[in-house]
Amino acid sequence: MKKGLLGVGYAVPRQDAWTKVTGEEKFAADYYPENLLWAGAKRAGVSHGRILRVDVAAAQALPGVVAVLTRKDVPGTNRQGIVHKDQPVLAGEKVRHRGEPVALVLAETREVLAQALARIRVEIEPLPAVFDPEEALQPGAPQLHERGNLLLRAKIEQGQADEAFKECDVVVAETFEVPFQEHGFLETQNGLAWQEPDGSIVMIVSTQAPFRDRFEIAHALGLEMGAIRVISPYLGGGFGGKDGATVQCLLALAAMHAGGRPVKMWWDREESFIAGYKRHAARLYYRAGAKADGTLHALHCRLYYDSGAYAHLGGEIMELGMEHAGGPYRLPHTCIEGWCVYTNNPIGGAMRGFGVCQVSFAFERIMDLLASKLGLDPLDFRRRNALQRGDKNCAGVTLVHSTGLVPCLEAIKRHALWTDREKWKQGAGPFKKRGVGLAAVFNAMGYGRGLPDSAIAKLELTPEGKFRIYNSVPDMGQGNATAFLQMAGEILGQDASRLELVPPDTARSLPSGSSSASRTTYTFGNALIRACQEMKEKLCHRAALVLMTDEVRGFALVPGKVRHLPSGRNLDLEFLAGLFPETDRSSVSQFVMPVAQDVPDTGKEFFIGFPHVFFSYAAHLVYVEVDELTGTIEVRDYLAVTEGGRVINPQGFEQQVQGAVAQGIGYALMEQVLLHQGEILNPNLTNYILPTSRDIPGIESMAVETVEPTGPFGMKGIGEVGANAPLPAIAAALEDALGLRLTRSPFTPDRVLGKMSQGAR
Amino acid sequence: MIRFVLNGKEMQLDTPPDRRVVDLLREDLGLTGTKEGCGAGECGACTILVDGESRLSCLMLAAQLQGRSITTIEGLRQGTETGLHPLQEAFVECGAVQCGFCSPGMVLAAAHLLERNPDPSRMEIRAGLSGNLCRCTGYVKIVDAVEAAARKTENKPEETAPKDATP
Repeated sequence: MKKGLLGVGYAVPRQDAWTKVTGEEKFAADYYPENLLWAGAKRAGVSHGRILRVDVAAAQALPGVVAVLTRKDVPGTNRQGIVHKDQPVLAGEKVRHRGEPVALVLAETREVLAQALARIRVEIEPLPAVFDPEEALQPGAPQLHERGNLLLRAKIEQGQADEAFKECDVVVAETFEVPFQEHGFLETQNGLAWQEPDGSIVMIVSTQAPFRDRFEIAHALGLEMGAIRVISPYLGGGFGGKDGATVQCLLALAAMHAGGRPVKMWWDREESFIAGYKRHAARLYYRAGAKADGTLHALHCRLYYDSGAYAHLGGEIMELGMEHAGGPYRLPHTCIEGWCVYTNNPIGGAMRGFGVCQVSFAFERIMDLLASKLGLDPLDFRRRNALQRGDKNCAGVTLVHSTGLVPCLEAIKRHALWTDREKWKQGAGPFKKRGVGLAAVFNAMGYGRGLPDSAIAKLELTPEGKFRIYNSVPDMGQGNATAFLQMAGEILGQDASRLELVPPDTARSLPSGSSSASRTTYTFGNALIRACQEMKEKLCHRAALVLMTDEVRGFALVPGKVRHLPSGRNLDLEFLAGLFPETDRSSVSQFVMPVAQDVPDTGKEFFIGFPHVFFSYAAHLVYVEVDELTGTIEVRDYLAVTEGGRVINPQGFEQQVQGAVAQGIGYALMEQVLLHQGEILNPNLTNYILPTSRDIPGIESMAVETVEPTGPFGMKGIGEVGANAPLPAIAAALEDALGLRLTRSPFTPDRVLGKMSQGAR
Repeated sequence: MIRFVLNGKEMQLDTPPDRRVVDLLREDLGLTGTKEGCGAGECGACTILVDGESRLSCLMLAAQLQGRSITTIEGLRQGTETGLHPLQEAFVECGAVQCGFCSPGMVLAAAHLLERNPDPSRMEIRAGLSGNLCRCTGYVKIVDAVEAAARKTENKPEETAPKDATP
C-alpha cells in the first residue's frame, strides 16, 4: 500500500493511513483472542469516605464469574502514580473520589461481568469532602491524604516584582477560571493481558508510555519489571490521557488471577469519564503592569490547580504552567506562585498543553487589558515585548535556542485576515456582532531538568533487504511513526517499500521516554538519525569489503542497493544482508535532550521538570460572530501561525495544528466537566459536548520555519502549542464584538447572554 | 437464524436476536474495522451501511439485520480498481486520517452522503458528517477529502477549493 519517496520535508500521507482507513489496523481494543475473560472495576460512587465492608459473596456466586478481587488480593505497594505514588490500584481503607476502584471482577462474558459488578455491596461511611482547591487549603478543611491536601506549593521569582509595580504606569488585575476538560479520545482506555507459564505478564494496551508502565505495574503489584512486557499498538487518540496507568495495574492484577487466559478490560465511555484523568481545573489571580512606552514590567500571579483526588502529574503540570505564566514575553520582574491541591474531584492529569492552556488564557487577556489601557495595538504591543533569542523568559532562563514568536506575529500582521478585519466586522447582519481576537503563546518541549529526556533507537537490515525501525515511542495519532520513516528514508536513501516500523514493544524496542511533552519526534528522531548514520557507514564499509575496494570511499545508498559511484557497481541490500550475521545487521543509538545550563535560583520546590529550555511559539487570529439573541458564538475563520523549527512533514504539521486548534475551540466554547459534589453530571458524549464538523471552521495553518540546530533535521515539537491559543483568542474576539469580558470559560450561550444582560444594566 | 448479506456475501447466523450489531461484527465475525467509541449513538465510530444508508451499529440489534444488506469498512473497497474506495484514497492523500479510530465510520458516513448528494458544498459536507466525531483533525482535512472524492467520482475539473467561511 505504501508508495513513493519518504524524504524529510515531503508532505507524505502518514504510512499508517492505509491500514487505518480500510479497518485493517489493529488497535489495542481490537484484540479478541480465544478463551477471553472480561475484567471490570467496581467503583466507589462516593466522593470521600471510609470503606467499612466490600461484600463480594453474591458476585462470586454468580455462574461465569472467575474471580472477585479486593485490596487484600493486591500484592506489592498497591500504589500507582508517575512521580508521586499515591493512587491505590484497589482502595481498601479510604475512597477519595467517586471513580475510585474498590473491587475487580473477572468474568466469562461482558454480560456476566456487568451483573457481578452490580451485585457487589460496598459499605462506605461518608466523610466530609472538599471540591475547591482554595477551600481545601483552609484550616479545618477535610483532609484527603495523610500529608494533607497540598500536593505542591511553589514559587518562581525573578527581579523584584512588588517593588517593580511602583514603577509601572499602568497596572491591571483580573481573575480567571477554567474547568476540567476531558480528552475525549475515541478509543477509550483499554488493554488485553495474560500471564505466561513462567509467571511473566504480557499486555497489549492503549498507552503513551509502555516502558514506564512496567515500572508502575511492577511497583504496584510487587512484580519484577523484567517480567512485564508491554506492547503499544497505534492509539485511538491519547492527548495525555493515556500517559500513566489507566487500565494497566488492574489488568495485570486480573491476569495474575486468570490462570493464563487472556483478560480484556475496556472502559466504556462513562467509566472513561469517571475514572480517567482530566485537564486540571484552575483559578488564576493575575496582576501585571507596564511602562507608558509599552514595555512589560511586572507580574504577580497566584495559580490554584485542582489536582482532584490524586497527584498523577499535578505538580509537574503546575510547574509547566508556572514557567509559562508570564507568556512568551520579556518580563523583568515576576512573582509566580502556585498551589496544586488535592480535592475530592476526579483526577487531574496530563493533557495537551500540560498546565499551559490555563495560564495562556489569563496572560493573553492581561496583555489585551494592558494594551487597551496603554492605547496600543494588541499586535504591536505583543511584538514589542516578544521573547527573542538571548532574552530571559519569565522564569529567568536564557533562551539560547530557536525563538520565533516575532516572525509569527509579523506573518499575522501581513495576512489579509488581519488587514481586512475592520471591514469584515462591519458586515455583520442584524442581531449579529463580530469580533476579532489575537493570542500569542508558547509551549515547552521535553521533560525539563531532573528527568533525562532520552530515547534509544534500534535499526535493523532484514534478510529481505529492508530497514526495520524498532520504534519505542507510541504514535497516538500525532504522526511520529511516519516522521521516523521519513528520517530513515532520507538518510538511507530508501523509498517506502524498503522501510518497516515495529510498534513499541518493551521486548523488542529499547527503553525510551513517553509519547508526550512535544518531545516524541525530537528525542527519538535524534536517536534514530544516529542509528541510521551508523548503519549507512557500516553498509558502505561492508560493501567495500565485498567489492574489494582499497578504501571506503565513493559509496552511496540508493533504493534497494549500495552503489560504488566511481565504478557504478551495485550490491543489493538483500545480498549484503545475507553475508552478515544478525548481530552485524543492526545499529543502536541514543539521545538525551539538552537542558538549561543557567538554572535560575528559584522554583526550588520542584522535584523534577524545572526549568525547560526549548519552546515552540505560535500566534493565532480568530474571527467570531455572536448572535445577540441566543448568545451563540460562531467561529467563522481561523489563522494559526506556528514556529517549530524545520517542518519534517507539512501535512503532518498542519494536522497537528488544526487538531490542537479544534480542541482549543472546544475548550473555549463548550467543553466542561460539570461537577456537583465531585459527581460528574455529564459523563457521556450526549451531554459533554465535543466540537463537531459544524463547530470548527476552516483553519489556515502557516509554518514559520526557523532551524533548531539540536533538533532532528532542525525540528522542534509542535503537538501542544496550538492548543493554548484558541481560548484567549476567542475571549479577545468576544470582547471585541460585545465589549464584554468573560473571565470564566467555556463561553456557553448561557454565560454570554448572562454577561450581556449584566452589561446592559 | 438471521439471514442477511454482509459485504456482498450471504450470511446465515445463529445468534441471539438482541445481540448488538457492533458486537456481532467485532467479536463474532472479527470485523474490527467497525469501532466503538461511546455505545450510545453519539460518536459515529461504529457507523455501517445498511442497504446503503449509514446506521450506528451500537444502536442496532442482530434481529434488525434480517433481510438487509450490510457494508462494513472491510467491504467498501470490494470491486475497486486500486483496492481502495475513492473516499478511502482521498482520506489517505488529503491527510484526513490521524489516530484513525473515527476513520472507518467517517468514511462510511461520507459514502452515504455522496450517495445522496454527489456534489456537496463544504457546508453540506460538514452537515452530513456532523454525526461523526473526530478528536484529532479538526475536520478540515476530512472535509477536503470528501470534496476531493466527490470531484474524482464526478470526473469534474479541479476547481479552486472554496473557503469555509468569511463572506
